[in-house]
Amino acid sequence: MTNRSCITLYNFFVYNSNFGPREGEEHKKILFFHPADTNIDTKIKAVGLSEAVVKFTETFSDKPCDALHTQKTRQVFLQPEKDFWMVMTVTIPKSETEKDGQTHIEYHEDDVQDSVYGAVLKQAYNMFKLFMGPFTSILKLTNVQHLMQRLDHFFPRYLQTLRLGQADIMEVHNGIQFLPLDKNTYLRIQCFINLIEATFSQVKYTAFLYNDQLVWSGLEQDDMRILYKYLTTSLFPTALESEMCRESPKSGGPLPPITSSSHFGKYVTGPQNLNDSNNLGKIPHIYVNTDTRYEELNLIAYRALSATVCLMVEPTSIPGFEWYKKIDAFLGPQLSTLASDISEQYSKRASLPSDQQFKYIYFNHMNLAQKTTIHNRKTLSAIISPEIVRLIADINASFVKTEDDAETVMKTVSDCWVVGKKSDQREFYVVINQKNANLIEINGKYNHMMVT
Amino acid sequence: MADDEGFYVELSPNPTRFESVSKVTNVFFDEVNKQVFAVRSGGATGVVVKGPDEKTSISFRMEDKGDVISIKLSNDMKVLAVQRSQKTVEFINLSEGTDTNEYSQSCKGKTTRIIGFNWTYLNEIVFITDHGIEFYQVIPEKKILKTLKTVNISVNWFVFLPESSLLLLSSTTLGNVLQPFYFKGGTLLRLPKFEVDLPVTPKPPKLCLLERDVTMSNIYGQVYIIVLRHQQRGHANMGAEVVLYQLQKESPAKKTDVLRLNMSGRFALNVVDNLIVVHHQASKTSMIFDIKLGGESHDGYVTYHLPVLAPLPIKPFKLKITGLHVPTHTQTTEISCELYSPNWIVFQPDIVIDAKLGCLWHVHLKLEPLVTMIPDKTRLVDFLLLRSECKMVILSVCKQALVPGHQCKLSTISVVFDKLNQVYRNYLEMESQAGQADLGIVRGKKRSQAVIDQADMYTHVFSVFVDNKDVKHKFIVAVLMEYIRSLNQFQIPVQHFLYELVINTLVQNNFFYQLHQFLQYHVLSDSKPLACLMLSLESVYTPAHQLALDMLKRLSTANEEIVEVLLSKHQVLTALRFIRSVGQIDTVSARKFLEAAQTTEDKMLFYTVFKFFEERNLRLRGHPRFVPGEHCEEYVRHFESTFGSESLMVPMVTS
Repeated sequence: MTNRSCITLYNFFVYNSNFGPREGEEHKKILFFHPADTNIDTKIKAVGLSEAVVKFTETFSDKPCDALHTQKTRQVFLQPEKDFWMVMTVTIPKSETEKDGQTHIEYHEDDVQDSVYGAVLKQAYNMFKLFMGPFTSILKLTNVQHLMQRLDHFFPRYLQTLRLGQADIMEVHNGIQFLPLDKNTYLRIQCFINLIEATFSQVKYTAFLYNDQLVWSGLEQDDMRILYKYLTTSLFPTALESEMCRESPKSGGPLPPITSSSHFGKYVTGPQNLNDSNNLGKIPHIYVNTDTRYEELNLIAYRALSATVCLMVEPTSIPGFEWYKKIDAFLGPQLSTLASDISEQYSKRASLPSDQQFKYIYFNHMNLAQKTTIHNRKTLSAIISPEIVRLIADINASFVKTEDDAETVMKTVSDCWVVGKKSDQREFYVVINQKNANLIEINGKYNHMMVT
Repeated sequence: MADDEGFYVELSPNPTRFESVSKVTNVFFDEVNKQVFAVRSGGATGVVVKGPDEKTSISFRMEDKGDVISIKLSNDMKVLAVQRSQKTVEFINLSEGTDTNEYSQSCKGKTTRIIGFNWTYLNEIVFITDHGIEFYQVIPEKKILKTLKTVNISVNWFVFLPESSLLLLSSTTLGNVLQPFYFKGGTLLRLPKFEVDLPVTPKPPKLCLLERDVTMSNIYGQVYIIVLRHQQRGHANMGAEVVLYQLQKESPAKKTDVLRLNMSGRFALNVVDNLIVVHHQASKTSMIFDIKLGGESHDGYVTYHLPVLAPLPIKPFKLKITGLHVPTHTQTTEISCELYSPNWIVFQPDIVIDAKLGCLWHVHLKLEPLVTMIPDKTRLVDFLLLRSECKMVILSVCKQALVPGHQCKLSTISVVFDKLNQVYRNYLEMESQAGQADLGIVRGKKRSQAVIDQADMYTHVFSVFVDNKDVKHKFIVAVLMEYIRSLNQFQIPVQHFLYELVINTLVQNNFFYQLHQFLQYHVLSDSKPLACLMLSLESVYTPAHQLALDMLKRLSTANEEIVEVLLSKHQVLTALRFIRSVGQIDTVSARKFLEAAQTTEDKMLFYTVFKFFEERNLRLRGHPRFVPGEHCEEYVRHFESTFGSESLMVPMVTS
């Protein structure tokens, strides 16, 4: 196989057809367009095409159009709110082959899966909604200009963080990894959170994570799902990075002073230095329960060792610097002990033998619990060949079409077996790498796995 | 109830009444049988004995042979011992009714003087003389006494603790060397003697430790010698203190606790419910000490205690006096009794006698007023858990701690729950040990009131609390979780009704995701009732259905329920697959499945299910037909009418 080009973002735009219904006012429909330097005609054309496709497909189906396949691009559509459309176009990877002195370009359409990039688009909307609120709410509270400002403020940076080439089944599931814990430790954490909320009445919701694994969420599932994605893919990695930079002293240089406090707690978002009352640090605003209560909250993340507590506080009740100091004094010691207790339990579990011959992905639709051994825990990129990862997404796409339980067994050209099963609201995919195995053996092996 | 507040010590409401001391009447008290003797005219005009109940109350006459020094009945109340001189004790057999012939026993030695005597066991009696102990067996039939044992020791005075059969003698000139003896069924055991340290040693030496300052009592299952010291060593102005010596079997009694009274004057001691109650006459107040409730220790051996609460008077007592001749209620008059009167005499453990008034009271502790007097709830609960009648008070403390007004911090509530569950856990452990080993040992032991189980908490605290509209639901959930956490921490299995309470609270407030997370971590343990509860929630929270099914599957004893649930959802194939996976294909009822398949009106499904059971029939019975017992005729007809009778499986003819 020759060098394939990557999947790249071709364009990304948001529009509402109601905003420029008359001829000559088409540009008013466009609320956001990436790349920004596209000339207006191209923008209008792109929106116009997308409008046409949506309108045209409506005649065939009640469901809105999902994707438009072309030789060189793939366009995915999303109507997140009434009359608002989001469209993302990505390039199809191509490879060049020399044949008889002629360059032959081949487009690998199968590399781009609708379900995966549909999920990426949906995720982009959700992220926007989390930090900026829903489009209609912004409109209701302010005006179109303001909405456009917010879109302009949010998306250019967000789009840069997209890792389109690595998008896979994980985007579709968009699940949450939970920390396996015994009941007593869990209850201790639970009661600790209750204590925080009872002591600091400003805290409306709390979430507790250990590394990248969720332990408790006071937020509703849908909101937590988005917040979890933000925390694990954006906030935590950047916080960790800046910590690394700060905490590695130059060789020969003085060691950082040991802080007087006896705990390991510190703010991830919020004041970075508790002796500097002028700097409250950056605190993200989030919007939750947008369908019901529409709450705007401040997200204050506090970490001790590997445990993070996310405190969601109403902005109007955000107290002064003293409050942060109190929270620190309260959380620091307790969270430090909890974290080290969890880590003890965690290391016991981790030391279990892991020389499994197979790799799997598990997803539970009810609680969004997700487990994977085909991805690297740190980088979240797949560690098996992309063909097989795509195969899993394909099986998943076929599962979505049916309500019933289903099971699929597939064999790849490379003599690898992929078994997918959906039952009881759960999905389970196993990749078994066993040469010369037959269906019966694989089935037996799979059943054996399910039992254990 | 208002006048009840502000007092934590009271006198029993119905005192034992007796004829008060007068010119003709002498009154005696026997600590062994707790009987008051009113002796009129030396017994000639009657002796009235009032015990704790009817059985121990009698009256009789005896000849007046001079002033009575001491009078006591044997344990079975058949023999009366009367001391009228310093040398002799006379005996009268009461059971023989008319037989008033007395027999007597003198002490040994010419100069010996009897200080006192006590019945120790059925017909055993001990004389304490200034020269030692004389231990006799009374043989009423023969009207003689048999010497069991004598001990020579110089004695100043003695204290007797009947419930432990312990006698404590004071010897030496200073009186501060105390010698305990233990009586057991005709034998006498000398325990190691010990010395009580004195604040000052007078010169020339004279008796310093007096009888009135020494008592013995059982506190928390241990015998203590309680010594009142009017002056602290080296600090003349620091007020009095009470020193506790814990009796040891093999070694001299050990000084363990010191109670700081911070007052001086006349004191009297009672022990009520393992609390030491110190009455102070001058200030007319009483204070309570609890030796298990912490205190400070300087050397690790002796613990110094302050009163649990500030000294307060005993609750005023009104004595009802009913007109003797007109027994109507309107004639009842009430008179206020003088408290801490000079006529009071205090006996162990909890008796106060006013000889002039003719009243015997028991000192009681009032727990309810303490609730508001001890603001620190954890200390309050510690204190209450050690009391015998504590259950309802603790429950009301818990109830109060949860509702607005006196609501406690969650952290305090957490500590209180842990304290309650520690006791609960200890009880369960004891119970299970008793179950394994000898049943008799613990069964006799009554369950302590301090054992507050889940049902108690549910009935008296939580069920009331969750219905309180003024409490935030978040707080309700937090409290319930705190309780469940505490139970789990002490490895006490949580009962279903608590889970139900948690679930209902969560559901009422639409906290479904929280509920889901609890189930995910098995905070709410699997059970059939819980699964059924979850099933009922499906209409409000869709995943509840699957959660319930998962729970039933984990239980692995609920296969039938799972099939029912699946069939009710028309998931006939899933139900079949499930029943196959648990290996119960051969036993399930075909009718149930066919019925469910028919109601779906899905022809293919019905066909599949029908064929499935035909195959089963073939495998089990060698032919595909349904037998009459299976009641499947209706479905066979339905099959024939839908698919034609030729679609039925044709049995293979083998022979």
